[in-house]
Amino acid sequence: MLRHAWLLARKDLLVEFRSRTAILSAVVFTVLVLMVFNFGRDPTAVAAVDLAPSILWVTFTFAAMLALNRAFQLELENQALDGLLLAPVSRSSIYLGKLIANLVFVATVEAVGLPLFALFFNVRLLHVLGPLVAVLALATVGFVAVGTLFSAMTARTRFAELLLPVLLLPFMIPPLIWAVLATAALLAGRPLSEATGWLRLLAAFDIVFVTLAFALFPATVDE
Amino acid sequence: MRLLKTGRWITAVGLVLLAGVYVRALAFTPVERTQGMAQKIFYLHLPAAIWAEGAMILVGVASIFFLFLKDPRLDRFAEASAEVGLVFCTLVLTTGPIWGKPIWGTWWTWDARLTLTLLLFLMYVGYLLLRGAVTDPGLKARYAAVLGICGMCLVPFVHLSVVMFRTLHPQPIVIKPSAPSLPGEMLETLAFSFLVFTVLWVGFVIQRYGLSLVREQAEPHA
Amino acid sequence: MLLAEGLRHAFGAVRALDDISFTLHAGQTLAVFGPNGAGKTTLLKVLAGLIQPRAGRAQIEGGRGAVGWIGHQPQLYGHLTVRENLRFWGSLYDLPKAEQSRRETELLARLDLNGHAERPVRALSRGLVQRVAIARALIHDPRVLLLDEPFTGLDRTAAEEFRRLLAEQTADGGGRVTVLVTHNVEEGTELATDVAFMRAGRFVELAPRAGRGAAAIAEAYRRAVTGG
Repeated sequence: MLRHAWLLARKDLLVEFRSRTAILSAVVFTVLVLMVFNFGRDPTAVAAVDLAPSILWVTFTFAAMLALNRAFQLELENQALDGLLLAPVSRSSIYLGKLIANLVFVATVEAVGLPLFALFFNVRLLHVLGPLVAVLALATVGFVAVGTLFSAMTARTRFAELLLPVLLLPFMIPPLIWAVLATAALLAGRPLSEATGWLRLLAAFDIVFVTLAFALFPATVDE
Repeated sequence: MRLLKTGRWITAVGLVLLAGVYVRALAFTPVERTQGMAQKIFYLHLPAAIWAEGAMILVGVASIFFLFLKDPRLDRFAEASAEVGLVFCTLVLTTGPIWGKPIWGTWWTWDARLTLTLLLFLMYVGYLLLRGAVTDPGLKARYAAVLGICGMCLVPFVHLSVVMFRTLHPQPIVIKPSAPSLPGEMLETLAFSFLVFTVLWVGFVIQRYGLSLVREQAEPHA
Repeated sequence: MLLAEGLRHAFGAVRALDDISFTLHAGQTLAVFGPNGAGKTTLLKVLAGLIQPRAGRAQIEGGRGAVGWIGHQPQLYGHLTVRENLRFWGSLYDLPKAEQSRRETELLARLDLNGHAERPVRALSRGLVQRVAIARALIHDPRVLLLDEPFTGLDRTAAEEFRRLLAEQTADGGGRVTVLVTHNVEEGTELATDVAFMRAGRFVELAPRAGRGAAAIAEAYRRAVTGG
C-alpha cells in the first residue's frame, strides 16, 4: 500500500513540477495576501504581533485551498482516475498518495510563506521555530486530510472551485482556532506548556479525521 | 402522497401545540427577574437549538447506515433531516439576536454557542449545495453521506474549539451536574416546548421525505 | 477466460443489466452493439469489477490485475511524456523492472511511437494519443481487454488505423479475451469473433459472427434492436 501511495504521490509531484502553474500561483497568492494584510491594518493602532497569528493562518488556509482544488482535477482530465481504480491498487493507497502530494504542496507554500511573513511583519520566529513548525504540521495534516477527501467529491461537480471552500471552511475552523491560539502563545513568548493543550487538540482532530477520510474515501470513488 | 398528508397533519398539530407553549409561557409561567419578558423567547430558542444540532447527528447516523445498506430511504431521510436542521438553525439564529439585543446590548457576538449554530447552519447549507451540484443520483447519495458523516464528527470538535473563547452565553442551566437551577414552572414549560419541537421536527421531516419521494417518482431519472 | 453469470444491475428504477450471461475463451473477441443507454458501459464496468452487480457474478481469470481498458478518454497525464506515462501505469501493476522496460520498448516499437517517447502527451495529435492509450492499456500484458467506444472522436483515417492496431493486438498476445462495446455497428465488426446486440440491459442476440460482414451485422442489428 505504501509503495503504491508513494508512486502516486511522486507522479502528482512530477506533474506539478512540469506544469508549475499551481505551485507558482499558490506562492504568488501567499505573497499577495501577506501584502494586502500589511496595508489592510493600521500599524499605529494594532501591534503586528497581536495580528500576526491570524494573518499567518488566514494566508495558509486560502493557499491550501488552491492546492486541494488541483488534486483530483488532474485525475479527471483524461479520466485517469478510472485507470487508477481499474489497476490493482487499493483505495487507501490512492487516498494516501493524494494526501502525501497535497501535504508536500502545502508544506512548500508554507515554507516559502513563513520567512516572508517574518520579514514583512517583523516577527521574530527563530527562537520558537521548532514548536511553531509542530503547530503548522499538525494543523496542516488535519485540514489537508479533510480537504483531500472533499476535493475527490467536488472535482466531479459543477462549480468545484467554489464548492470546495464552502464545504471545507467549517471543517477548518476548529484546527484554525487552536492553531491561532497556539501560535499567539508562542509568538508572545509565553512558556511552551501553554501551547501543548492546543497541540493535543490538533492531534486529536488529525487522528479522527485522517481515520475517517481513509474509511470514507472508497465511498467517493466506488459505485 | 399519504406521507405528505401525514406530515402536514403532524406539523399542524405541532403548530397548535406551539401556540399552547406560548399561552403557557406568557400567562402561566413566572417572568424571569433580571431578564423580563425577553426571556420568553428562550422557550423557542433552546428547543430549536437542541434539534438543530440533533438533526446533524441524525444526518450522520443515517449516512453511516446508508453507506452500508445502500437503502435510498436512508438517504432521503438524511436529506429531509438536513433541510429541517437548516430551518431550525435559522430559527435559532434569528431568535438569538432578538433576545441578545435587550439582554447583551448587541445583536451579534462571537459567543461560543452562537458560533456553533452559525457553523451548523453553514454545514447544512454546504450539505444541501453539494446535493444540488451532483446530477447523478447514485453519486449524489454517496457524496452526501460522506459529507454527512464528516459533519456529525465535526460537531464535538466545534464544541471543543468555540467553548474556548470566552462566552457571554448563559451557562447550561438545564443539564448540569447539580439539580437544574430553573424554577419548576419554567422547566415544565421548557420540557413541554421541547416535546412540541420534537413533534414539529417529525412533522417537517415526514413532509420533506414525502416530497422528495413524490419528486423522484414524478421524474424517473434518465 | 471471462465468465459472466446472470448479471443484473439497476440505477434507481432504471434497469441497466438484466440477466446477462456469457463465457469467452482466449482468442475470442465479443462485440456488443446497442443504442445509448442500453447498459453497455455498465456491463464493462461490472466485468472490470468497478461496479458490484445487484445479482450474478463476473469472473476474470487473473483478477483485476489482468484487465486492460481502453475508453474514449485516453487515461493519460498530459504533462508527462509518453515514456513516463507508460512507466507510471506499469509500476501500478508491480511489473519487475526488466519486464517493465522490455514491455515499454516492445510497445513503443510496435505502435510506432519511438519518435515520440520523450514528448509530453499533451503535445501529441489525437491519433497519436489514442496509440499511447493502447500502449498504456497493454503495458501489463492483460489477459482481458475491455474497449468502451474506443473510436469516439477519431476521424475516419485515425479510426481505420486504430482498428488495424487493435486487430493486431486482439489476434496475438497468446490469445486475449476482448470485449468491445459500441453504438456504431460499422466500427469494430471486423475485430469480432462473436457479436451481441443489447437493448435495455438485455442481450437480445448473442451469436458467433460466422464470417458475416459489417453490412450483414448491421441488417441483423436493425432487425433485433430497432425492430424494423
